[in-house]
Amino acid sequence: MKDNETNRIPSSTTNRPIQPPMRGPMRGGIRMVEKPKNFKKAMARLSTFSSKYIALLVLATVLAIVSVTMIILGPQKLQRVTDLISYKDETTIMDLEQIFSLCLTLVILYSISMVTHVVQEQIFANISQKITKRLRSEINIKINKLPLSYFDTTTFGDILSRVTNDVDAIGQTLQNSFPVFVRQIVFFAGSLTMMFITNYIMAFSAVGSVVVGVLFMLLIIKVSQKYFKQQQNSLGEINGHIEEIYAGHNVVKAYNGQRKASQKFAKINDELFVSAWKSQFLSGLMQPLMGFVSNFGFVVVCVVGGALTISGLTEIGVIVAFMLYIRYFTNPLSQIAQATTSLQSMAAASERVFEFLDAKEMEADDVKTVLTNVKGDVRFKNVKFGYSPEKIIIKGFNADIKAGQKVAIVGPTGAGKTTIVNLLMRFYELNEGEILVDGVPLTDLSRANVHDLFGMVLQDTWIFEGTIIENVRYGKNNVSDLDVINALKAVGLHHFIMTLPDNYNTVLDDKAGQKQLITIARAMIENAPMLILDEATSNVDTRTEIITQQAMDRLMKGRTSFIIAHRLSTIKNADLILVLKDGDIVEKGTHKQLLKEDGFYAELYNSQFTI
Amino acid sequence: MLKLISRFKFKEWLGVILCAVLIVGSVYFDLKIPEFTQEITRLVKVGGHSVNEIWAVGVKMLLYGLASLSVAVITGLVSALIAANFSKRIRNDLFNKVQSFSMEEINKFSTASLITRSTNDVTQIAMVIAMGLHVLIKAPVMAVWAISKISVKSYQWTVAAAIALLFMILSIVIIMIIAAPRFKKMQRLIDDVNRDLRENLTGLKVVRAYNAENFQQQKFEKSNKNLTQNFLGAARAAVLMNPLINAVQNGLTLAIYWLGASIINSAADAATRLGLFGDMVTFSNYSMQVIMSFMMLTFIFMFMPRANAAAVRINEVLNTKTKICDGALTQGATLDDVEITGEVEFKNVSFKYPDAQECVLEDISFVVKRGETVAFIGSTGSGKSTLINLVPRFYDVTEGEVKIDGVNVKDYTEEALRNKLGYVPQQAILYGGTVTDNIAFGENGREVPTEKEILMAAQIAKCADFIQQMPDGFNSRIAQNGANLSGGQKQRIAIARAIARKPEIYIFDDSFSALDFKTDKELRRALKKYTEGATLLIVAQRVGTIMDADKIIVLEQGKMVGIGTHKHLYKTCEVYRQIVNSQLSMEDNYER
Repeated sequence: MKDNETNRIPSSTTNRPIQPPMRGPMRGGIRMVEKPKNFKKAMARLSTFSSKYIALLVLATVLAIVSVTMIILGPQKLQRVTDLISYKDETTIMDLEQIFSLCLTLVILYSISMVTHVVQEQIFANISQKITKRLRSEINIKINKLPLSYFDTTTFGDILSRVTNDVDAIGQTLQNSFPVFVRQIVFFAGSLTMMFITNYIMAFSAVGSVVVGVLFMLLIIKVSQKYFKQQQNSLGEINGHIEEIYAGHNVVKAYNGQRKASQKFAKINDELFVSAWKSQFLSGLMQPLMGFVSNFGFVVVCVVGGALTISGLTEIGVIVAFMLYIRYFTNPLSQIAQATTSLQSMAAASERVFEFLDAKEMEADDVKTVLTNVKGDVRFKNVKFGYSPEKIIIKGFNADIKAGQKVAIVGPTGAGKTTIVNLLMRFYELNEGEILVDGVPLTDLSRANVHDLFGMVLQDTWIFEGTIIENVRYGKNNVSDLDVINALKAVGLHHFIMTLPDNYNTVLDDKAGQKQLITIARAMIENAPMLILDEATSNVDTRTEIITQQAMDRLMKGRTSFIIAHRLSTIKNADLILVLKDGDIVEKGTHKQLLKEDGFYAELYNSQFTI
Repeated sequence: MLKLISRFKFKEWLGVILCAVLIVGSVYFDLKIPEFTQEITRLVKVGGHSVNEIWAVGVKMLLYGLASLSVAVITGLVSALIAANFSKRIRNDLFNKVQSFSMEEINKFSTASLITRSTNDVTQIAMVIAMGLHVLIKAPVMAVWAISKISVKSYQWTVAAAIALLFMILSIVIIMIIAAPRFKKMQRLIDDVNRDLRENLTGLKVVRAYNAENFQQQKFEKSNKNLTQNFLGAARAAVLMNPLINAVQNGLTLAIYWLGASIINSAADAATRLGLFGDMVTFSNYSMQVIMSFMMLTFIFMFMPRANAAAVRINEVLNTKTKICDGALTQGATLDDVEITGEVEFKNVSFKYPDAQECVLEDISFVVKRGETVAFIGSTGSGKSTLINLVPRFYDVTEGEVKIDGVNVKDYTEEALRNKLGYVPQQAILYGGTVTDNIAFGENGREVPTEKEILMAAQIAKCADFIQQMPDGFNSRIAQNGANLSGGQKQRIAIARAIARKPEIYIFDDSFSALDFKTDKELRRALKKYTEGATLLIVAQRVGTIMDADKIIVLEQGKMVGIGTHKHLYKTCEVYRQIVNSQLSMEDNYER
């Protein structure tokens, strides 16, 4: 009749590279525990987030308490049943009627317990799934609300891990560990109370025996931590080696590096073997140990109970009751310990999740006007900007660009070329000055409006997992397949696409050059009044570039275009070339003018042809 | 899972048998302890016994408890050893299998998936073996033994226990039928959610520039909803398990006492009654242990779908045969008793990726003689990289043949073939380790390069300077994937690696792209001087890199549209002229 709270859904949503040795099922499994910075604060934040479900949570907790209480009342009734049975000897008649009514009471108690237990579990499962779903959604939404500057200091892996590991940890704990925690505490306190009520001598001996066992267990946990650490390290090392060798498969093969790679692998694998079996063994010890503690308690209860009964100090039914109490009492020990560590990891996980969710968002749009029919005059007026206020990199940038002009921005790495684009798109806010389109400051428009003004192709090609057609269309449902295919033909991708297994419906993967062309086709479909090409053709070879260039020239016709190019040959026909150096425009003019000036631009230009 | 288990070796099977014996032993001890309650009952109920006698029984019980503990500890030890040993071997098999794969198999699985299969999936299996072995054997042994012990005494109790057990097994099966397929689907749905999120992150700027926040959000919500619903479906069924098991346990204990009342009531004499009373207490304890062990069994079933999926994925890798079979030759052909070296020939070569409709390369033929520098140029997707990847036999040709030193590449052993080659890929790949380790990487069938040779190679590759400026010079650590170096630095070290190998034939797959013009030029000049006599195959984007090659081969949509020197091609090949003109302004002209 032990309450089996250990029977939990395995954590199927964790997909971390290095898994903790064990999660969930094995009772008292040892693992490394991560501690939150501020447990109370983290839990408080989580409960505000889940405030919608607080009522349900309280209900579920009450149900859990009711359910456990019903079970704890059981042994007392059984004790009386046992006594009634054992009273029967030659002279007395067994009071079957009373036994019947006692058993019936037990049936009722256990039924109530089961029903409340079922309802309680369902509520917890529901709430935790709803909360995790909302957390995931909120994180995803948050990504688009944060200023881009946030991501300068945060890695994607970090955010991804918050969604997968941390949100999952929260969900798992809410669904599994939290109910266990509640139930087991009630079991622990309830059985302790009942034991002392029933017979304090036996209660003392039972509790004493369990304490001895638990101390022994703690000792083992302490010893084993070392091996877990070792195992984590070896696992990390071997995973690193595997990643490295697999990723560079062609090099390993080309250099006949297999033998050495295998040798190194075998060596790490051997180390892993040692720490793996040790940690596995030690964590496997917990279960038999708990079994022993439980057996030990059982023996003490039997012996002390027996001795007391012989001395006439108690009845045999008490022993039966204590056999159950001792199980209700020992079981929670490991379970509570385990649930507590889970709660701690959950607190640590929610700290990370809410740190992200509570990060400062972009300032709200201050919409004063809406620009729709844009001519395309762009003016930079004394623009000052730095990614951090202490380090201004654009120092008073001025430029006047007429509608339909093709503007090239050139300069060495770090001169601030891409920054200009970031500012045009309002990915970052200016520190000083303004940027005006058709005389309207960008800050008077909504960000969405600003983005509508520009078609953009970036150096970092970005495609999502989806077919080629979907990638080019990118959510614009009013664009026909034919338009998409034409755009792809225009960038010269037709031949390549025909070599793919599913032609235009091929799901895309990583192939640098082709990816770039697809993003160019995407910009064609976008059909915005102005265009930004940030090193758009740097990953395209020069021959493809001609085809692309022709298509882009068509695209740029009548549109104000900003081109950042690494290869100066691509921007020779620009109407205006802005030469940037350390955030300032050092020269401007057409290609010919600038060459004639024989300044910084000419130096840059000529450097690429000396062979 | 079973297929994977069939890879158990004799030693491991021996361990399993040992475990089984030990577990039977521990079950014996576990069942023995409650039996003593009968003795205690007898001592208590039949008057005239001293407390000391009870203590004696207690000591016996404790001894059995300790025996049970020690047996369980040994079982744990054996099963931990089996699991660790087995996972070690599987991990090793996987690693070596993947090593033997050609690029075709690597691409089929994808590198990321192969990594997961060799790491996470193996860990899963180890866990299930370590835990499962114990539980899978213990539960049935415990159930059968305990029930048979009960059945000797009374059929009513046996029937009650059997019904309870049957009920429990049935409910577990039903719950598993509902939950298992959902658990199976889980990983895929999680991957979907992760993918959508990752996309949103990597495409930050694009998403915003195209005002596609809603488009992304909808995509995410769809996967999020699918995942949540699937999980909730599984969870709702799975959380029934606890209340059910509790109910069965409570119900069974109650039934034993209730039935006990009437059994004892109808018993004939006091002695029988006393015996039955003791049995009753013992059995109520047995029933608890049986249910307990079955409960443990359910954990394993919960873990099974996941472990099974892992096993299937591991088997997929282990059972994949690489398409590229090793040849037998270790030497090239001879001409007039002199071994041919540094010669590459393509004879009517066509290549098609598996399942593709159109060829990537069509009917390519050319010959490269020892000491020649041959460059390949063409637009993106024209097949340059594919062509050059056929030389180290990363792929096999679809038609025609590739010959090195007069012998088809398929006829060489892979090792011999690659000993002739120094290959530098587009993406420089470095390994965690020292700079020296990275340059001296691999084997070339001859001696290991000396310190001097490594320095020399680094000097030619123009990386000696910055290496010497690193804190420990050539012994400085390079982080995994060369994360602590710039793209250009990585590329130069990768080039130094090829040079240190002293191959007959160098293959540069667009390996100069991350270098600035000046370094590119100096590097190639030094290389040319050093590699006198070696054959160079170069794929390049920049005309400047290749214009002084002995032969330039122009590719366009998988076909060879021109071959010859820069001057010759500039005059005769339209595609080549376009390429050149796009890079050099007309007035800068080809004569430079």
